[in-house]
Amino acid sequence: MTQRTDVSGRAEAVTTFRTWRSAEARTAWLLSTPALIGLTAFIVVPFLLALVLSFTNQRLISPLPTRFIGIENYLSTLADAGFWQGLINNVWFVAIVVPLQSALALFLAILVNSRIRGRVAFRTVYFMPVVTVMAAAAVTWTLLLNPNGLVNAFLDVITFGTFTPDWLGSTTWALPAVMAVSIWQGTGFQMIILLAALQDVPEELYEAAELDGAGSWQKFLNVTLPGIRNGLIFVVTVTTILAFRLFDQVWIMPQVPGGPLDSTRTMMLHLVETGFGAQAIGRASAVAVIFFVLVLALTLVQRRFIREEGGAA
Amino acid sequence: MRARGLPHTAQYVVMLLLAAFFLFPLLYMVASSFKQDGVVLSDADSIAAFLPIPFVGVENFVDAIERASVVQSFFNSMVISGSIVGLGLVVNSLLGYALARLRFRGRTLLVAFVIALIIIPFEALAVPLLFLSARLGWLDTYHVQILPFVANPLFIYLFYTFFLNVPVEIEEAARIDGAGPLRTFVSVVAPLAKPAYATVAILGFLFSWGQFLWPVMVTRGIDVRPLALGIGTFKTTQPVQWGDIMAYAALMTIPLVIVFLLFQRYFVQGVASSGVKG
Repeated sequence: MTQRTDVSGRAEAVTTFRTWRSAEARTAWLLSTPALIGLTAFIVVPFLLALVLSFTNQRLISPLPTRFIGIENYLSTLADAGFWQGLINNVWFVAIVVPLQSALALFLAILVNSRIRGRVAFRTVYFMPVVTVMAAAAVTWTLLLNPNGLVNAFLDVITFGTFTPDWLGSTTWALPAVMAVSIWQGTGFQMIILLAALQDVPEELYEAAELDGAGSWQKFLNVTLPGIRNGLIFVVTVTTILAFRLFDQVWIMPQVPGGPLDSTRTMMLHLVETGFGAQAIGRASAVAVIFFVLVLALTLVQRRFIREEGGAA
Repeated sequence: MRARGLPHTAQYVVMLLLAAFFLFPLLYMVASSFKQDGVVLSDADSIAAFLPIPFVGVENFVDAIERASVVQSFFNSMVISGSIVGLGLVVNSLLGYALARLRFRGRTLLVAFVIALIIIPFEALAVPLLFLSARLGWLDTYHVQILPFVANPLFIYLFYTFFLNVPVEIEEAARIDGAGPLRTFVSVVAPLAKPAYATVAILGFLFSWGQFLWPVMVTRGIDVRPLALGIGTFKTTQPVQWGDIMAYAALMTIPLVIVFLLFQRYFVQGVASSGVKG
């Protein structure tokens, strides 16, 4: 633009600019509306509704009018042994699956990131379980984990017959079996994310570290890990949240959902049994609110622990 | 980075062992689906588990299709997943684009709003949604299984971060040529975003095809039930026909494998260039 524009010309330019800007804003809202309606109707509204319902005696179908009953749903939930059993199992599940799965995923990512022949084929194979529907995987594993199944046949050989538990029929081993299946199914996805992160670490950093005489392990600690920090944070956060949502496997794999004797009961199973099985919508909403608060708290604690720099979720 | 700590052969051995771990249940599933029902269990303790002998051809598949009305539930799954993915790609990418590129009041607030919604797990919403759906008379319909999953905050966020990384100059060129924001998006930006679309399509298909909790809650008859729930019908009828179950599991998995293999190249690219990795 020239320095000496006359006044009317400038005014005109400003008006065009304004209409252009407001046209842009109008388009923006137009483009945003469909998704915003969806988010509001199916996330915000139900979320607020859960809060409200958790203080009522609402049932799915009931002739009785809905009544406000204060924190009774919360008290009865907290007094329910089934709820605590579910929470404890979830915590165990997170404590074991999150570190194991993240470490295995990182290991796989490093393996398929090396310049080795056939790495794409290996990557595809490691990812295949992710592409398997959980219901199909869970049923297949139920067969494999049968007391006389393939897993035990293998263990029988390598442990000389000392370790062949009745996986899904045992209160001790049912939850570890569910954990193993979850790791088998979920690791490939984390691998892809970490692989993408690994490929972003500049090669020069490794070269510089090599010049400084760093060994493989030192390079891993000082170059690789800091380089993929955000990827790792994402993986750990998402795995934790997903671990709290554990449901399909414990519904399908044991003889009775959550069994034997509640040893694989999870919070989600408890929520479904309360809200759907017993049709106690009010009480199930209280479980949902507690669940949300727990997940939120965990996410915040994790964020604080690993103060991230980027804007990742 | 190269895994310089390991010699090549050792690395291959490790990688092959891991490949065996990830692949053997799937091989077992496929082998068993071509096998006589009675021997699936008895063969399970030896290498014979991976051999489809006695081979019964597609008999198990035919049985599974008859017993669990696979044709109907396959159709249902296609309708449900297809709608979620198709509609989702459009609405989520539009919002992602608006947030990344267009200037309007309240944009920063909207970005924060979308990110906050990511951590609300669907399961926490399932109960009130079930209640609402029952009130609206939506139970046992397709739309009750579709609409709640179309707008997805995680996918919006993925598109948002992807569009942020598209060089502005490309759009400016289109703008100078007189294209409005929508035209610019449709003809210039969207075609560039193929990896992002592929990533969201694969993830969306994976999530929706395997959905289990929500359909259990909102459907009863087989009329609108998706494939994943059909597997339950086998466990209740005795004697358990394991060959049929494995055939059903294989049928359920094949579409996902096809979708994945078709889009795999874009998918890895998409994860690399979007916000997923942080």
